Amino acid sequence: MSGILRRNLLLAAGLLALAGCGSPATQPAGGAAKADDGPRRGGRVVAALGSEPRTFNPVTAADGASLSVIQAMTANLVHIDRQDQEAKPALAERWTVDDGGRRYTLVLRPALRFSDGHPATADDVVFSFQVYLDEKIDSPQRDLLIVGGQPIQVRRIDDRTVEFRLAEPYGVAERLFDGFAILPRHLLEAAYKAGTLADAWGTDTPPAKMAGLGPFRLRERRAGERLVLERNPFYWKKDKPYLDELVFLTVPNADAQAVRFQAGELDVVDRLSAESFDRLSRGGARRGYQLTDAGPGLDLNFLFFNQNDLGNRRLPELRRRQGWFRQTAFRQAVSAAIDRGSLVHVVYRGRATPLNSHETPGSHWLNKTLPPPRYAPDEARRLLRQAGFSWDAAGALHDPAGERVGFTLLVVAGNTERGPMATLIQEDLRKIGMDVRIAALELQAVLDRLFTSYDYDACVLGLDGGDADPNPSMSILLSDGSHHFWGLTHGGPPAPWEAEIDRLMKTQIAERDPAQRRRLYDRVQEIVMEQRPLIALVTPNVLVGAKAGLGNLRPAVLDDHLLWNVEELYWRQR
Amino acid sequence: MIRGVITRGVITSRRVSLALAAGFLALLYLGALGAGFLAPYGFDEQDREHTYAPPVRLRFRDGGGRLHLRPFLYIGVEKPGAPGVYEEDRARAFPVRFLVPAPPGRTGARVRLFGVEEPARIFLLGTDRFGRDQLSRLLYGARISLFSGLLAAGLAVALGLLAGAVAGFRGGWLDQVLMRTSELFLALPWLYLLLAVRAVLPLDLAPSGSFLLLVAVLGAVGWARPARLVRGAVLSARGRDYVLAAQGFGGSDGYVLRRHVLPQAVGVALTQLALLVPQYVLAEVAMSFLGLGVAEPVPSWGTMLAELERYDVLISYQWMLWPAVLLTGVVLSYHTLAEHIRERLQAGEV
Repeated sequence: MSGILRRNLLLAAGLLALAGCGSPATQPAGGAAKADDGPRRGGRVVAALGSEPRTFNPVTAADGASLSVIQAMTANLVHIDRQDQEAKPALAERWTVDDGGRRYTLVLRPALRFSDGHPATADDVVFSFQVYLDEKIDSPQRDLLIVGGQPIQVRRIDDRTVEFRLAEPYGVAERLFDGFAILPRHLLEAAYKAGTLADAWGTDTPPAKMAGLGPFRLRERRAGERLVLERNPFYWKKDKPYLDELVFLTVPNADAQAVRFQAGELDVVDRLSAESFDRLSRGGARRGYQLTDAGPGLDLNFLFFNQNDLGNRRLPELRRRQGWFRQTAFRQAVSAAIDRGSLVHVVYRGRATPLNSHETPGSHWLNKTLPPPRYAPDEARRLLRQAGFSWDAAGALHDPAGERVGFTLLVVAGNTERGPMATLIQEDLRKIGMDVRIAALELQAVLDRLFTSYDYDACVLGLDGGDADPNPSMSILLSDGSHHFWGLTHGGPPAPWEAEIDRLMKTQIAERDPAQRRRLYDRVQEIVMEQRPLIALVTPNVLVGAKAGLGNLRPAVLDDHLLWNVEELYWRQR
Repeated sequence: MIRGVITRGVITSRRVSLALAAGFLALLYLGALGAGFLAPYGFDEQDREHTYAPPVRLRFRDGGGRLHLRPFLYIGVEKPGAPGVYEEDRARAFPVRFLVPAPPGRTGARVRLFGVEEPARIFLLGTDRFGRDQLSRLLYGARISLFSGLLAAGLAVALGLLAGAVAGFRGGWLDQVLMRTSELFLALPWLYLLLAVRAVLPLDLAPSGSFLLLVAVLGAVGWARPARLVRGAVLSARGRDYVLAAQGFGGSDGYVLRRHVLPQAVGVALTQLALLVPQYVLAEVAMSFLGLGVAEPVPSWGTMLAELERYDVLISYQWMLWPAVLLTGVVLSYHTLAEHIRERLQAGEV
């Protein structure tokens, strides 16, 4: 679901389409590849987009389809390798950090050229950051460039050197630069001065009017059908990209993508459902494709209760139920009563991992000392009994005041993951006497209730991971964060445990010692597990497929799982 | 003479199809009413070890070749490492028992027509994603789908009859207002309006509440077409000599409308009813498909069909198609009925 939510989180969380991690186990399901005699030029790869891109403008793009295309056409100063998660030189060949982590000096590679042949210099870098920082343009990435309340300052030293000054040291350090595509000043400055840059590079812009530093450039767009990108002859990585063309077809439905992959129309397919993955596995050897279960990803499915301060809203029933939702024991009991193993088995056919923390096993920031989640309905009953709840003869749960315990679980209608999860949770909670009703509403109605009216009891949501870093969780965990779903408004000061999370998260972001950052963030995860403001459920595995014979394919855990190293992909001798 | 034989043949085949249609519908409605007794399980009983289990095989002959009068079955066990693939465990046979006591549950049934001893399960039509018995859900789901269609169509036709009769009989500004309103209702994009309506309604609607809401919404939306047809029938009846004569003898508006005009419109209304019921059954399906119908775990054919949206379900688990098969039967049967009423109407029998 939730293109929007996912994006919201990604944006709030920050680093767009960043780093992956872990070492995915590629298991060819068939189509044994012939001996590889090294990369070779030529050929094309056809991939699918879930929707039409809305723009080619890296400054304003927020939807997944636009970002996928833009990623292939642009480049960043520093690139995070998704396999080892290290920051690697990209447009900047080296950099130095001094003044206690407040000053970064980046040196560009020599003789960089945009895809139209125009030289790229420090002026383009300064121009780009000027644009990203411009309040009037309101780029979704702008927040990331505000450190310690101050915008980052960018200064040209010489043709190849740029200096960035931060008001405070920044925990993510040079990873920051991965999210910002460098723009061609010679093509966009006029639009910027005219105040129309936010509208520039719409999807109907002629390819000749656009240029980037990425491995591909746009050649042709057929609305609603396909985008054809061609090799950028001025690309800065020697001999790359190997492919001549990269084609994106618009295939809106995940099932349809799987079918078209099976039919051979797509060379790669991302985000396969477990059912599609199993079905495709059965025909692998014959059809000549390989499927990869890259293991747990960074996606988070979770449940939370509405603890918002309702102000003067007239919602007496909800106010009464919030009395339960605000009790730690109640939330702990609900968490213990959910059979996450069933969620994994029924919803993902075993291709998922139960969670006890908002960090997933796909991230190396997961606190490994946390116990694995346990299905313990008896423990749930014990917690409820201790908190004064009781059961009647029919097994229905009542609160200390004698009220029947029941609430509504909000989900997005038609969602093939969270919908079934809600049905399973409903049954699990019925077993401990709770009367749960499922309300499936369309996405916008769900968002309205979450962010505006606060008229809901509990909700099951899914969010993308962002970077494998604590930073993407800032907006969720901070008590004044924009995605602090369960408590966007407060009646008073945050509870002591919430205040401690605030303090720990704010300390870790300025902390440059990774070991110390980890200690701080480990403690945050402990508190979240203890208090359960969000009840983490499961994370699905990253399931992808590609035609046999595609060399250098290294599926990563993070978006874009397959095409993150598109410039290195090549077709083996066939 | 040959023509006579053919005519008689056609009439006979029509009677047969009418009887078939009526019988099929009667069976379904009775099945829906008797779901508590006929269904072997509650509609919400999950068996997570049997997700998408295929229909169970009833057997009469055991491994030793002996014939049993009482059918029996073996437990299906999911093959390790192969989700959705089941094998029979032949260690023990479980005979089918009749008139078994029902465990206490949400459905309130005390006795069930048939069942098997635990841990075996009798899934005659297989199970869904949550391991819920498809047959039981079909029966309980029919309550929502068939009766919401019938009630909503009844409501729409009743409203249509009223509005059409008033508009046609009174004429003038009332006619104008009613007919322009009906045009508005015909032109509105209802689906979006319904989405909006659901969004502002309270979240914790009980299943009975959502059922009534469904009926009310469908009925309120659908009055326009029958109203226009009834108005036409009333207009044509109003000008007839016997109506004018009745008015001339001093018959009140109510009397003339009831005694002379409305009977002319009844046939139209009945045909509309027979045509609207299947439409509304389908509308319920569409609304539930979009998440606007009854909420989980209460089944309706629409929510059951929603699972077929996923391609892998569609091609791998054929037993999930049962709601579609029954729906097709329902729509065809109602159309046969409507056709029959229309013919009788033309022959002047209604």
